[in-house]
Amino acid sequence: MEEQKANKEGQSEQPHNDTRRDFLKQSSLLTALVLTPPTVFNAAAARLDEKVAEKFEKVPVTLEINRVKQKLSVEPRVTLLDLLREQLNLTGTKKGCDYGQCGACTVHVDGVRVNSCLTFAVMLDGKKITTIEGLAEGDELHPMQQAFIKHDGFQCGYCTPGQIMSAVACVREGHANSEAEIREYMSGNICRCGAYPNIVKAIQEVKNGGQKV
Amino acid sequence: MNQFEYTRPTKQKAALEQKAKSPATKFIAGGTNLIDLMKHGVENPQKLVDINRLPLHKIEQTKTGLRIGALVANSTVAEDKQVLEKFPLLSQALVSGASAQLRHMATVGGNIMQRTRCYYFYDTALPCNKREPGSGCGALEGINRIHAIFGFSDKCIAVHPSDMCVALAALDAKVLVTGPNGDRSISFLDFHRLPGDQPEKDTNLGPDELILAVDIPASPFTKNVHYLKVRERASYAFALVSVAAALDIENNTIRNARLAMGGVAHKPWRLLGAEKALIGKQVSEEVFQQAAAVAMQGAKAFEHNEYKLKLAPNSIVQALKNAAGMA
Repeated sequence: MEEQKANKEGQSEQPHNDTRRDFLKQSSLLTALVLTPPTVFNAAAARLDEKVAEKFEKVPVTLEINRVKQKLSVEPRVTLLDLLREQLNLTGTKKGCDYGQCGACTVHVDGVRVNSCLTFAVMLDGKKITTIEGLAEGDELHPMQQAFIKHDGFQCGYCTPGQIMSAVACVREGHANSEAEIREYMSGNICRCGAYPNIVKAIQEVKNGGQKV
Repeated sequence: MNQFEYTRPTKQKAALEQKAKSPATKFIAGGTNLIDLMKHGVENPQKLVDINRLPLHKIEQTKTGLRIGALVANSTVAEDKQVLEKFPLLSQALVSGASAQLRHMATVGGNIMQRTRCYYFYDTALPCNKREPGSGCGALEGINRIHAIFGFSDKCIAVHPSDMCVALAALDAKVLVTGPNGDRSISFLDFHRLPGDQPEKDTNLGPDELILAVDIPASPFTKNVHYLKVRERASYAFALVSVAAALDIENNTIRNARLAMGGVAHKPWRLLGAEKALIGKQVSEEVFQQAAAVAMQGAKAFEHNEYKLKLAPNSIVQALKNAAGMA
């Protein structure tokens, strides 16, 4: 297991974070100067702003993302989707609705497909995440990726990473035994272009192909 | 989304203590409903107590039936061998809900605690007594096509969105909860509330109580069961009307029956009168229609949901026919 030596903030830098506490200090100081009620002065003097900032401190999280272990630091309110896209630059996972209604953000957590938009990253401490970027073996595409290309399982492509992650899980779960079953168990992935018939064909080919999925 | 504090206890006692310490604290498990509501600004907890590491993940046989831990995922329950064998109605209801992804995330306890999908509840720009007591009910005189036809009040006409709960109500399940005063078991029919003057209260769970498990008593309803869900697309939508039907049939006579509806009231709507109308009768469409007529007594529609007055009895008859193998 390769342990990536990411800095504590993950791969990307987090300038905003360093400045937030300063901002809080400055803003409360300014407020105090302008308004000057004794309570505000007292609050500033008691370093209440510091305490507020501490309360919402980032928390450490260890995740294994696409076979790479990462020690990260996130605010509790950051979803797995936003962590992947904004902090780790893994933009293959798409933000469609951001409310669990479209499936574009589907990833695997410990092998199970979930909506990453409805999961706080901090809740996944110690878990293994697989995104669309982690599906291929080096330059060799996953059979499901190949099948989507072969059967033209997309038009605009925005829902495709979610469709493929969901499709892989659908086959692994044993819910790809008929067109009706595939449609039912893929219903959490919406495609505005309407590529459903070709998506079903791709899944059927992989399911019937007998390859390791 | 507002910032919040986050804790992840591994012991039940610690979880209860952390919840009790601050009033704006919420438990979080699957998060599929709570995170959605937080993004909409409907829920604004100051602290989340993540209960996923508590040992509530088991499905176990008990002397009286089956105990399903509060943290078991909806998909795990739906595909559990014992559930499929003994309570196929529950499995059918679960599979009809949400999507494969959401069922993997959503827990039994969270499903019970999920909040209404009334659009006025979700839209913080509009009045809603459930979200903001005293602000009025937007749906009463507004767009109310998805709303209740039973048990509503002039304060709230929202419906409970769960499918799982409709099956659990039909199966006479009990909810095992714990709190500062110890454990207690709540009958499923008493767990959820009607809106009355306090629509902000969905359930009778105490503010510092935690759901531990659901207990389902052994029952004869292992074969002639059907969960019928009517919705606006083939899959992945909330019920306009749903019916959980369970029959115990011997020599074409109905020995026992269970019926409950979803999408029609503020809580899973058990049809005790209709059940009585079925028991002892011969299996026939006419008998099912009579039961449906009993079930619909007292129903009242609003401007846009009058269709439910027809859809509901038709769904009851169809669900019973399917359960009896007449379809």
